[in-house]
Amino acid sequence: MTTAPDMSKPRRILSVYLPRFGMEHWEIRARRRGETLDSEKPCALGLDTPRGPVVHAVNPAAEAQGIHAGARVVDMRALCPDLRMEHADLHAEKHALERLMLWSRRWAPWSAIDGKGGLVLDVTGCAHLFGGEDGFLRKVEADLARAGMTCRLAIAPTHGAAWALARYGTGAAICHDVMDGQLAALSVRALRIAGETVTLLNRLGLKTIGDLLATPRVPLTRRFARNALEENPLMRLDQMTGKLAEPLTAPKDPPRFVVQSRLAEPVQDPTEWIPQLAEELCTHLHDEGKGLRRVHLTVYRTDGEVSSVTCATSQATRDPKHIARLFDGKLESIDPGFGFDLITLIGSANEQIGTRQTRLDRKPDHSEATARTIDRLIARFGPPAVLRPKHTPRHMPERQEHWQTALASDAYPTPINLQRPCRLLEHPEEIRVLYAVPEGPPAQFSWRKLVHRINRYEGPERIAPEWWNDRASSRIRDYYRIEEQYGLRLWIYRNGLLNDGRGFDPLWFMHGLFL
Amino acid sequence: MTHPCPDEPTLSEVFCNRAIDAAPVGFVLAHIKSDKPVLWIQDRISRKESGRPYMPGMLRPMEIVYVDAKRPVDVLWAMEEGLNCSGFGAVLGEIWGDPQVLDFTATKRLALRAERHEVPGWMIRRSAQPNLSAARNRWRVASLQSLRHPWNAQAPGTPMWEAELFRSRNGKTGRWVVKYENENMHFEHGIEADAHTFANGAIQ
Repeated sequence: MTTAPDMSKPRRILSVYLPRFGMEHWEIRARRRGETLDSEKPCALGLDTPRGPVVHAVNPAAEAQGIHAGARVVDMRALCPDLRMEHADLHAEKHALERLMLWSRRWAPWSAIDGKGGLVLDVTGCAHLFGGEDGFLRKVEADLARAGMTCRLAIAPTHGAAWALARYGTGAAICHDVMDGQLAALSVRALRIAGETVTLLNRLGLKTIGDLLATPRVPLTRRFARNALEENPLMRLDQMTGKLAEPLTAPKDPPRFVVQSRLAEPVQDPTEWIPQLAEELCTHLHDEGKGLRRVHLTVYRTDGEVSSVTCATSQATRDPKHIARLFDGKLESIDPGFGFDLITLIGSANEQIGTRQTRLDRKPDHSEATARTIDRLIARFGPPAVLRPKHTPRHMPERQEHWQTALASDAYPTPINLQRPCRLLEHPEEIRVLYAVPEGPPAQFSWRKLVHRINRYEGPERIAPEWWNDRASSRIRDYYRIEEQYGLRLWIYRNGLLNDGRGFDPLWFMHGLFL
Repeated sequence: MTHPCPDEPTLSEVFCNRAIDAAPVGFVLAHIKSDKPVLWIQDRISRKESGRPYMPGMLRPMEIVYVDAKRPVDVLWAMEEGLNCSGFGAVLGEIWGDPQVLDFTATKRLALRAERHEVPGWMIRRSAQPNLSAARNRWRVASLQSLRHPWNAQAPGTPMWEAELFRSRNGKTGRWVVKYENENMHFEHGIEADAHTFANGAIQ
């Protein structure tokens, strides 16, 4: 389990604002397609709206010509006739931002998406790893620039302050005290409030955050008491100054056991680094007396993408050799792109395991060896292909045996019933009756193009459908154990009774094979 | 007569004439004496043609780990992994037909692993030719008419199998009728007779 950061200490929040995210995302994809882009030529992305096509994002050359997001494409064409228009893919953009959010965890473990083209990270206690906050901002900026993104950054004690400084501040900002005047000069727009509220405040003469701080609170509180958070400047102000808590909700829990390896140069193949990483991870696990049930290998590519591979184990383990072997043959599914420079290995689903002695004599313990072999089988064939039968108390023979993945360990032996076959066909197969007799099974039938003559039989064993579960049209089955002329012992049934009012004449089916 | 093969873990193959015959499965299960879990691997066609194992109908309660393999090469890979691990009581693979990958080298690998780790390996071959193989014992097993049921003349009784050991490294080849006694969970080879006459005599 991971715990949320301590709220009582001053936190450090990094806000990353990507002002050109839409355009840059499109440019990265175009380059990957092999297109050569000329940054001097104006280019814009358009979006179809009920009012006709509208500009969604522009590149710097287009911006210099006066083209801006939100304007109608026809107007902008008139302004700049050689404007290149492309379609914006909002869905892909959203996914790219999500991937970028995960990618940003290379700097700090808590990250979340913050509006369109923005990220927010809790970097409390992380900056010293990169040589202080100055160095940290430089590192983030350089990494994003290498991935082809322009960014504006700010670190502040609250999310609100960092947001405001990143978007409306002057360059990369580090703010230690929200009351130090850096924020007071910003427009009220920087409070993350809706456009109408901004207009309203401006009409009241409150143009900057400083004006709002200087105004007596009581009349303002009365004015905005009923407004939602997005339209309430006072609550936003309190969030900015830290009077109102605003926890950062990271979409996935940051992992407890992580080891990473930073590479000097981008590489294509992580195989060499895995044994070392597994060794380190297991040392951490050993120190805390834990074992892992799942291990994720993630590579952070230089172009801002993340690829990962996951393996699961059937028993908690902290054996580095075993963990490294689980990735055999799975690394092909990693898409290295142009190479990656950071590899992390994360152990999740941790369980307590002690250093234990399983036997009093010195013989090896087999259950652990079995569990490891099962892990390797699962790593190769996938969890749905490696199964254990679980007996369930149901009426229908095919439902009595439930196949569950071998990772689960609650299997117990099935009670033996000699009236049951040792093989069950995946689906009952219809047999064609050649010679029916009034009672009992048919004397002769054909199945899979072969004629079988029944020599002996035992039955019927009547199995009623599960009426609380099945459709109303499901019918009673009369099962017979039969032996045919060559000695094959088979399990056939008649689906339904004659004139039971549930359909046509009953058909016969083959369901299983006896020893 | 006692079992014609010495009781040491090795790789054995069981062929059957009819794909829907479950006698080879019973024959193999009767050989598995260990309480450890059994690794059971089937390729796709074997599963489609002859069904999946159904635990209530097994000879005795046993723990199995089942692998749903797609291709014969996956069966061989999984068998090799299983035979490498002495935690399994036996490894049972079912392969349909005569795939290219199942050659002398592949079977030799399996046989050596089975002997080194003392895990018996069994291969059930359906619709297959007994081509070159390194399996130490090669059987051909088929169902026979069962014995008469003690209380119900109409019903099938104790199952009978016909087993032919047509190639063996240490054992004595031959042909037997095999009776499986339900009550004692007792397995016995060596009712040495002409299979068909015996079977017909048994049911009259």
